[in-house]
Amino acid sequence: MSPPVSRGFRHFRRPAAGEQDRVPPGQYVAQGFPVLSAGPTPHTPLPEWTFSIRRAGETLKSWTWDEFQALPAQDVTVDIHCVTRWTKLDTMWRGVPVDTLLGQVEHDAPYVMAFSDGGYTANLPVQDVTDSQAWVAFGYDGQPLAAEHGGPARLLVPHLYFWKSAKWVRGLELLDHNQPGFWENYGYHIYGDPWRQQRYAGD
Amino acid sequence: MVALDGNAIGGLLFEVFGTDMTAAQTICATCGAAAVVAETVVYLRAPGTVVRCRTCGSVLMIIAQIRGMSCVDLGGMTALDTGQGG
Amino acid sequence: MATAAVRGRLTWQTATVTSVIRETDAVRTIELEVRDWDGHQAGQHLDVRLTAEDGYTAERSYSIATADDEPVAITVERLDDGEVSPYLTEELRAGDQLELRGPIGGWFVWDTSDGGPLLLVAGGSGVVPLRAILRHRQRAGSDVPARLLYSSRTLADVIYHSELDQYRDGVEVSYALTRSQPPGWTGYSGRVDAALLAKVAWPASRRPLAFVCGPTSFVEAVAGNLVALGYPAGRVKTERFGGT
Repeated sequence: MSPPVSRGFRHFRRPAAGEQDRVPPGQYVAQGFPVLSAGPTPHTPLPEWTFSIRRAGETLKSWTWDEFQALPAQDVTVDIHCVTRWTKLDTMWRGVPVDTLLGQVEHDAPYVMAFSDGGYTANLPVQDVTDSQAWVAFGYDGQPLAAEHGGPARLLVPHLYFWKSAKWVRGLELLDHNQPGFWENYGYHIYGDPWRQQRYAGD
Repeated sequence: MVALDGNAIGGLLFEVFGTDMTAAQTICATCGAAAVVAETVVYLRAPGTVVRCRTCGSVLMIIAQIRGMSCVDLGGMTALDTGQGG
Repeated sequence: MATAAVRGRLTWQTATVTSVIRETDAVRTIELEVRDWDGHQAGQHLDVRLTAEDGYTAERSYSIATADDEPVAITVERLDDGEVSPYLTEELRAGDQLELRGPIGGWFVWDTSDGGPLLLVAGGSGVVPLRAILRHRQRAGSDVPARLLYSSRTLADVIYHSELDQYRDGVEVSYALTRSQPPGWTGYSGRVDAALLAKVAWPASRRPLAFVCGPTSFVEAVAGNLVALGYPAGRVKTERFGGT
């Protein structure tokens, strides 16, 4: 028996004409930018912040905030899709392409685990964070990325569900074999393609 | 995102455990702190609900609702006691 | 000893709105007719679920504003960027239906047998479950001494003002207005801080039972201050309502 419809209740909207093909199945278009978190907002001071690429417990390459800011950055406008069903169109970010970061190390790893302050992790295939598909973003909407949205820097991988775009990211661990990250461990899909509605393991 | 407390998931936990759990005692597996569920730190509406120890911040419990089923991981606690025995 | 758990069903059911009462500009009390209801304890809440035509659902929790022997009601504050509260406070009307489940909660509850003296500290809409506690205390004919310290931005934001002003024997109500005070204001001004609590709270030697409810930052500051005044942590019950 379906629940009663609440007369007059509407919030997130259905995609407008022309937006249909930009909104994956089962998603609603959000007006604001919802804040979802698994823990308290970390506050790593910039002088202590580093971004590292690691493999088997060893740091292969690391950048301080100043070194990171000196890397060539891009402005990108992308649509983002959260597994909790909101989609935000035309979000504007500034960040360093992951291609640039991974390009500085010699490796043949097929997978990475993004790791963040506070212990959050998200696993991804290397081929999904290269080829201009991913950034480490430090700017949003023309401003420095706010702490509640993952600042000073977060991973940005817009073609996958947004839980893969780890907030407060501090590096990438190169993996020989795919391993589940934080939410993948609790039943979320190991890959997370919103266009195939890969929300949960087994979808 | 502002954290709430275990009161906010009273309904969810009732659904999972079949009884009110807000007054249940937990012991953190990481730091040993004892607390009632009502006083734990709760992050709602992530892909899942994350319950953390107020003393050390470690995860006590995670509840993810996957395809209409509640999946609960209690690995962060060494005890969850409703004090009702049996 | 407080009842620790409530056994029984907790299923979603459809209730009918019987009236929507304006408490302040941003706050409404919604009275409900709930078919399957076995009563509730003061301090408990219920979960509300809204369903849009396209199947989108949103759930929120709201404290029950009334005592056990009264019709069930919730008091809701409209949050400007809220998803559910603008609907409940501006759109909902008598005759509409609401999906809910409850009552919920076994910790942040008070019954007369729990004794006192009671210290109730409210921040904004955190007054709702504390008002239910006072109503229950009154209707049960209890003489447990109670003090309510209620923090609001302005006098116009005080919910249940005339009702709270009517309490006499055994219940002392004081207000702290944080943003602005009317001319001739004799209540407290500014935030509820350690100094104000030291003045208003029962001394720890009387083994009081405290209930603190409101925004998360308010609750944590007040609870910390009460513990610093000697209240055992187990005698300070808290319920956090979220932002600001």
